[in-house]
Amino acid sequence: MARRSDAESPDMTRRQFASVAAAAAAGFLLTACGPRRLHDISKDTLRKAIADWEREYHEKYGKAVHVSDAGPIPGVLFAYALDLSRCNGNRRCVEACVHENNQSREPQIQWIRVLSMNKDKGIDFSDANPYYSPPEVPEPGRFYVPTACQHCRNPPCTKVCPTGATWSEADGIVVIDYDWCIGCRCCMAACPYGARHFNWRVPHVPAEEINPDMHYLGNRPRPRGVVEKCTWCIQRTRAGRYPACVEACPTGARKFGNMLDPDSEIRYILENKRVLLLKEELKTMPKFFYFYGT
Amino acid sequence: MRNAILAFVIAMLVALIVAALNASAQQAATPGARVEVPPPPFTDGVFPCSNCHNTTMPANRTRRVLTDFHTDIDLKHDAEHRWCLDCHDADDRDQLHLASGEPVRFEESYRLCGQCHGEKYRDWRAGVHGRRVGQWNGQKQYLLCVHCHSPHQPRFKPMPPLAGPRPPVRPK
Repeated sequence: MARRSDAESPDMTRRQFASVAAAAAAGFLLTACGPRRLHDISKDTLRKAIADWEREYHEKYGKAVHVSDAGPIPGVLFAYALDLSRCNGNRRCVEACVHENNQSREPQIQWIRVLSMNKDKGIDFSDANPYYSPPEVPEPGRFYVPTACQHCRNPPCTKVCPTGATWSEADGIVVIDYDWCIGCRCCMAACPYGARHFNWRVPHVPAEEINPDMHYLGNRPRPRGVVEKCTWCIQRTRAGRYPACVEACPTGARKFGNMLDPDSEIRYILENKRVLLLKEELKTMPKFFYFYGT
Repeated sequence: MRNAILAFVIAMLVALIVAALNASAQQAATPGARVEVPPPPFTDGVFPCSNCHNTTMPANRTRRVLTDFHTDIDLKHDAEHRWCLDCHDADDRDQLHLASGEPVRFEESYRLCGQCHGEKYRDWRAGVHGRRVGQWNGQKQYLLCVHCHSPHQPRFKPMPPLAGPRPPVRPK
C-alpha cells in the first residue's frame, strides 16, 4: 500500500523519529546560538558585552571605567627582554604590575615573581628564593631573575585547556577568557614557569585603587574560581604604550617592543646581546628573553 | 655610443651617492626626532654656575682638593686621574667640555660621558641601556646618564626592596 513506504523501519515509528530529530535540532540550535568564547564572538556582541561590563564595574567601584576592545595591530609580534646584569631585585615592577592590572590584594596575587639566586650556582630554580627581604638590594653574592608569563610561541598552557578558554592572539599575547575558564587549573600544571595564578577566593581590590583603564582580555576584574596571568599590559601595549613594569623599573632593565620591526629596541638586543631563555630545553619558545647588557 | 654608456654609468654613480647620503642623514636624524630628554637634575640653587663663577672670581686652574666650596662633592669617578676642570669648563662656567675642548651644554652631557663609555653610549642611543618611558612604537622619553648615575659618584646606589610576596601558610 502507498501509506506504508519502504523508508519506514519497523523499529521506529514516525513519532519517535520526529522526536529525536526535533531534539537534535534543538540541541544544535542551543549550542550554536548559546554563549561563545570571547575568541569567537562578533565585534557587535563584544561591544554589547563591554557596555554591560562598563556599567557593572561603574556601579561596583563608583568610577567611570573604560574597557578597550583593541585587537592585535597588524605586523606586530610583541617580545620582551630583561637585562639580568641590571636587575637589582627592588620589586618596583611587582608593585606597578599589581596596581596597573587590578590584581587581588587579599588574597594576594602577583603576576611577577622576582627570584633571588646564588651567583655561584647560576640559574637554579631549586635554589631560588622569592621571599627575600634584606634592608637593601642587591645583596652580595645574589642576582635576581624576575619571572612572569613568558608568552611562549608554543604554549603548553593553551594546549591543555579543556574548554579553549586561553589562546595566543595574533600579536603573540597569550590571553584568558575569564568567562569561559572553568577553573580546572590544568594550565597551571602545564606551565613550566609558574606564571598562572588561581583565584581561590573572591579577589579584593580597594575601589579607590582600581585602574579604570581596562581591556576585555586583560585587567578587567576577575571572578572567583578562574585563572589569571600577565598579558603584557594588553590595555597599554595595544595602545602603543610600554607595559607598566617597563616604565617602573628604576634600573632600566626591562625592554619591550615589536620583534618584526628591525629598528626596535628588542631587535637590537636580539642581534647584539647574549640572550637566554628560561627552560629552553622544553621547546616552549618563549618571547621573553633574558640578556646581559654589559 | 661609448659616450652614452659613460654618461649613463656616471649618472648611476651620482644617484647612488645621493641615495647613500640621504639614507645616512635620515638614520642620524631619526633617533633625535623621536626622543626627548628631561632637563638635567641640578642641586637646588647651583645653576647657573656663573652666578658665582663670574668675572669677579678668576679661574684657578691648578689641580687641588677643594676646601672652601663644593666640599660636599666626594669624587669617586676615576678620582686618581680626574678633577673638576676635566669636565667642567673654566671659560664658560655654565657648560661642560669634551676632551677636544668643544663646549657641551648640560642638556647634552651624554656626549661627554660617551667619550669614555662608548659601549654604554651606543646602547643608550639604541634605547637598551637605561629607562625609557612612553610608546614602544612612537614618542618616548630618555633619561640623561646623570639622572641615574651621579657624575661624581656614578655607581648605582643600592636601594630598599619593596615587600615581597607572603609565603604560603600550610593549614594545620
